[in-house]
Amino acid sequence: MRPNAKDYLSREEFEALQLRRLRETLGRVYHLVPFYREKFDQAGVRPDDLTSLEDLKRFPFTVKQDLRDHYPFGLLAVPMEQVVRIHSSSGTTGKPTVVAYTEHDMRVWTEVMMRTMLMAGVGPGDVVHNAYGYGLFTGGLGFHYGAEALGAAVVPSSVGFTKRQLMLMRDFGATILCCTPSYALHLAEVAQEEGLDPRKDFKLRAGFFGAEPASEGLRRAVAEAWGIKYFEAYGLSEIIGPGVAASCEYGELHIFEDHFYPEIIDPETGEVLPEGQEGELVFTTLTKQALPLIRYRTRDISRLYREPCRCGRTIIRMGRVVGRSDDMLIVSGVNVFPSQVEHVLTKVEGLTPNYVIVVDKKGVLDVLEVWVEVDERIFTGDLGTLENLKHKLEEELANHLFLRARVKLVEPKTLERSMGKAKRVIDRRELEEKLGR
Amino acid sequence: MRSQYAIKQLSVFLENRKGRLKELTETLYQAGVNIRALALAESAEFGILRLVVDNPEKARSVLSSAGFTVKEQDVFAVEVEDKPGGFYQVVKILSEADINVDYTYAFVGGGERAVLIFKVPDEDLERAMEILSAGGIKLVEPLFFYGA
Repeated sequence: MRPNAKDYLSREEFEALQLRRLRETLGRVYHLVPFYREKFDQAGVRPDDLTSLEDLKRFPFTVKQDLRDHYPFGLLAVPMEQVVRIHSSSGTTGKPTVVAYTEHDMRVWTEVMMRTMLMAGVGPGDVVHNAYGYGLFTGGLGFHYGAEALGAAVVPSSVGFTKRQLMLMRDFGATILCCTPSYALHLAEVAQEEGLDPRKDFKLRAGFFGAEPASEGLRRAVAEAWGIKYFEAYGLSEIIGPGVAASCEYGELHIFEDHFYPEIIDPETGEVLPEGQEGELVFTTLTKQALPLIRYRTRDISRLYREPCRCGRTIIRMGRVVGRSDDMLIVSGVNVFPSQVEHVLTKVEGLTPNYVIVVDKKGVLDVLEVWVEVDERIFTGDLGTLENLKHKLEEELANHLFLRARVKLVEPKTLERSMGKAKRVIDRRELEEKLGR
Repeated sequence: MRSQYAIKQLSVFLENRKGRLKELTETLYQAGVNIRALALAESAEFGILRLVVDNPEKARSVLSSAGFTVKEQDVFAVEVEDKPGGFYQVVKILSEADINVDYTYAFVGGGERAVLIFKVPDEDLERAMEILSAGGIKLVEPLFFYGA
């Protein structure tokens, strides 16, 4: 059976499969995870109450904070002996989000990554240049396993050393590029600076881009700069990593709904919204063993469409993620919450100064700046003290965010002056997008 | 000695931004505050302007209202002869007493005298003034700056 055979099941077949797997998952979490038993009991629902897919709306949501509250392994539904892989994201206030996989989960992950990469027909003979970060981040290893399982040659280049990446891509004849869209554009720009023509001097034919929001403009720019077909990879580590959804040759995002059951809800009321309406995307894992999640709120705003796609696939489609229902920022593929920044400022200074987070683009790369107002509580009149403060903050931010942030010390009210009104986050990337950059 | 000789210096935090120094001096000018001595310390992104003015309370209040971050600190001033070795004498005494000078700036007041302003760690201020005075250095009273 082709690994992507399930992409073409009929609606009835899907629903029967989903219902069976959903009942099984609900039963399992109720009996194996005290957190879920308690939540279900509180909500007055039992796994047996689910007789149709619509009944899922009676079950409680799971949120990111639940994962943090049960750090590290409190939500696992299997004993540690069955866990073969652990990944982790950066933590908001020191506590990261931990995700674990059994051998079975790894097979599921590999399968959905194969299905992702089959969107571009990746297989033997392809050279997959994988510039997603390897390590605790799920991006690198997710693509690695999928590409390898399809019989392609994987170059696990991970992130950084852009010129060397270009040399390897060229010398090894990379046909497929996997990385964040902004890094793909950066690679193309550096190639041009080196006197190369990305469209002629490389053999790339397609790329899988994800881990950060990409505007239509950025997608087009990447596709044009390299002369390749752009495929989007959507995912989140809590659900599995990359491989939750992938775009087909027509650019339509398909959710692998035999493994991840999607709903769209009103982020305010929690009500399930009818098909086609915009709301928050919620997933229930249908096959995961180590860390099954029930109605996990992604905070991503999108839509769902059930009608079959031009590509012939019958699996449900999701619209582009148009925003977030919380204040999370994605900077160079890394999730950043303003509360993380505030935590660091409070920790270093012992008080919370006025601050603003400014995300901007330098060339095509994201840059994160934290502007801290020097008010009379902080200002000692001494230059050295301020310089130390700046360096200390930069160091602590790097430790907490896993991302370099530049600290800029500013006069009070600078921000209101330059931005019009007090705001915690200024995302200039959006601004530039709106200005038609 | 602190009560007799300490001089109120204002430090103002300034971003390295166009027009900011102009706005500051304009604020003082409009309040009728006269700058008697000043020094600017700077890093790549920001600076600190040190001011000794004729009316520190007023200066502080108008600058704060104009949105500047201001810190008041005690410094002291000495008067030396405007000739080779004048500055040396003072620094030598402080150095021998193991007192670290945070920073210093000078202005030549006309005639044969030069006035030097010193900022030392606050806990050493009293001792610095005492040993300088004992060493024959003339401390300048605040009235020299504040008086009309």
